Amino acid sequence: MTTAGSVDEFLVTRRVTKRYGGVLALDAVDLTVGRGEIHCLVGQNGSGKSTFVKIITGVVQPDPGAEIEIAGERVPHLTPDEALRRGIQVVHQELSLFPNLTVAENVATAYFMEPGRRLVRWGDVRRLAAAGLDRIGVALPLDAPLGALPLADRQLVAIARALASDAKLIIMDEPTSSLTRREVERLMGVIRDLRENGVATLFISHKLDEILAVAQTVTVFRDGRTAGTFPRGEIDRRALVCLMVGREVSVSRPEPVAPGPAVLEVRHLTKRGEFADVSLTLHAGEILGVIGPLGSGRTELALALFGMNPPDAGTATLAGEPLALHSSADAIRAGIALVPEDRLRQGVVLNQSIANNLLLTAFDRVVGRLGLLSVRRRDALAVAALEAYNIKAPSAGVPVRVLSGGNQQKVVIAKWLERRPKVLILDCPTAGIDVSSKEHVYEIIRGLARQGVGILLISDEIQEVLSICHRIVIMKAGRIVAEFDSLAVDEGELSRRVAG
Amino acid sequence: MRAAGRKVLGRVELYLVAVLVILAVFLTALNRRFLTLENLFDLLANYTFLGIMALGELVVLVSGGIDVSFTAIATVAQYVMGWIISTYQIGSVLVAFLIPLPVGIALGLVNAGLVHLTQVHPVIITIATLNIFYGLLVFVTGGAWIYNLPASFQAFAVTKIIRVVDRAGTPSGLSVLSLFWAGAIALTWFILTHLVVGRKVYAMGGNPEAARRAGVRVPRLLAFVYGYMGFLAAVAGFVQAQLAQIVQPNAIVGRELDVLAAAILGGASISGGTGTVSGTVLGVLLVAVVTNGLILTRVPSYWHNVAIGVIIATAAGLMASQRRRTTRARGAS
Repeated sequence: MTTAGSVDEFLVTRRVTKRYGGVLALDAVDLTVGRGEIHCLVGQNGSGKSTFVKIITGVVQPDPGAEIEIAGERVPHLTPDEALRRGIQVVHQELSLFPNLTVAENVATAYFMEPGRRLVRWGDVRRLAAAGLDRIGVALPLDAPLGALPLADRQLVAIARALASDAKLIIMDEPTSSLTRREVERLMGVIRDLRENGVATLFISHKLDEILAVAQTVTVFRDGRTAGTFPRGEIDRRALVCLMVGREVSVSRPEPVAPGPAVLEVRHLTKRGEFADVSLTLHAGEILGVIGPLGSGRTELALALFGMNPPDAGTATLAGEPLALHSSADAIRAGIALVPEDRLRQGVVLNQSIANNLLLTAFDRVVGRLGLLSVRRRDALAVAALEAYNIKAPSAGVPVRVLSGGNQQKVVIAKWLERRPKVLILDCPTAGIDVSSKEHVYEIIRGLARQGVGILLISDEIQEVLSICHRIVIMKAGRIVAEFDSLAVDEGELSRRVAG
Repeated sequence: MRAAGRKVLGRVELYLVAVLVILAVFLTALNRRFLTLENLFDLLANYTFLGIMALGELVVLVSGGIDVSFTAIATVAQYVMGWIISTYQIGSVLVAFLIPLPVGIALGLVNAGLVHLTQVHPVIITIATLNIFYGLLVFVTGGAWIYNLPASFQAFAVTKIIRVVDRAGTPSGLSVLSLFWAGAIALTWFILTHLVVGRKVYAMGGNPEAARRAGVRVPRLLAFVYGYMGFLAAVAGFVQAQLAQIVQPNAIVGRELDVLAAAILGGASISGGTGTVSGTVLGVLLVAVVTNGLILTRVPSYWHNVAIGVIIATAAGLMASQRRRTTRARGAS
């Protein structure tokens, strides 16, 4: 897609290719970002988006033959300093902000880095910082230590800082994970304001709904190539997914199933400040979706059912037996498993091998005589799991940290399934996972349901809940406000009911 | 809340002031001699040494590192000074003061260089240099003491800048040596609050990767941080020689704990990025008052270490739980 007149184009890249040994990470990518344009990059993990970003920020050099033009000028060898000078900035709050310094110091970082500046004039710092925040139309306390601010505010500080250092293209990677709906809207407002100021935004996201809401242009990456660049008006969700995956992906709905016996019954579960009077019944073989805005208490409820967040009042029974909810050991013994929201910190031990992670719940199965660990049994278990769940890894001995998000999640699920739970609770299991891994995870979940496991699926994505859940409950502010059959609603109506 | 650069008394400092006041009241009740000018002047003079080194350690801690070799640096710098002024009988105290400074800075730069080149954690590097500097000194000098310091050196030590005579007719005065501490306080405060290099030290301590990406030249900053510590260690070495009027190689090494305790009590975190001059000064005063109190109430000196240890553990525990509380409040979704 070409734009008329180079004065409208801020960044033009042609034939960008990058080969790492035998792997072609990028293959002749042509991409243009217009001045002030809101441009989104989508694509599965490994499709080349991050490599492309590294190249346009000068961190990595493209193979010879590539051309990079910034503001109409050819740049033969782009270094990180050069990219910064020319106005290309990546906004990455963990890597660019100082939690121990004030908001003012974080926004006005460029002031401190000016060559030759020795003395600090705090009046100037505050003025620069106030101006920077003003440009994005956000008011934040200048003297507050950055670490005291919520994540969404810190992100805005990072953007304000980029602007204060005269950025012309701001790049963001998955900026809306961990933001509440209101914070997402505020961020989108800021991005639109940036456009008014002639500052282009390039953002990478998995959240197709958000992209479609704010992008002017969308470029799809697949296998190192661009599968297409489209103005917003010419593309929809279904087309995007097809282009990302490379084949038609059917929008599925769950097959209706006759509910088995009630496997988990929760009555009037209450915990002050988190959830109140929660009652629900989960049947064997059923997938029950719990959807609701951030802060609705869903994760707290999940942790309570898993014994890690003992409730103040209420009862629960599992397969007819009263369920003690005082510790996770109780829950596990009773047959409940939880795939947590925070995969990296609560789901896997990143630096341990896949095999070691898998045996966390299955010690009794891998222990040999004398109570010693049987390496043979452990490895056999691991190999079986890798196959059964289609986990892509060079071997079971690699640390989990090197796996993609989707494969890590499969390890988490596999680990719990070793115990053959009666109830499996999944908290946002596909967050940050690419499309085809998501499909694999859904298949695993559906398979489990067919085997008679009761599944509680907590999710943020309407599409996901509609495509695999049999029943859906909406949770708001700690209470269950609605419950219905999944097939009885469509996307539009469910969105409305969750938001409204 | 005021700007980090403007705030003089933060939460940690307020706690420390409160504890100091309570302690002072308590100790005065136990032994009236505590609150006399004579005792307080003595306290200030005796703790100048600790106070100066704690400020150097503050800067290192804020940068995210740690230095335990400062006692060895102070000893070597002090010894070089002592050897030169006693051998050549140099009368000028100013020259005597200037001699140890480049020695301290040079040894500090050795630390910086090793930390940067090996990329090993500074605690290990400085434990190594502590032993190397001290070991080499003892090897070269045979551990000999230097006691024929020029008369001017002694005269300077007893100079008082404020002279008081109390009701009983006993004269006492604020030692000129306390001025060195005051000077170190002013200098360190100015650097950390009003110089760009000081803010870069905080930045590096708060997020070293972000600092690097923002363009902070890490090797240079390391050189500054450890060099400054070496500089202050040398000043402290001079002060200690003045107080003792003798140079003994084994006098200073071994007191690292007190300096670290003072700095950490004052709010400097081991993980870097936090700490203030006022907090460090209060931390030193707290250590000073507690030890002084233990002496005045005739507690055997074996218990002094226990007391300091208990205070460090309590203070660190309180600060950590405070930090946990603020993180939890922020992180709730």
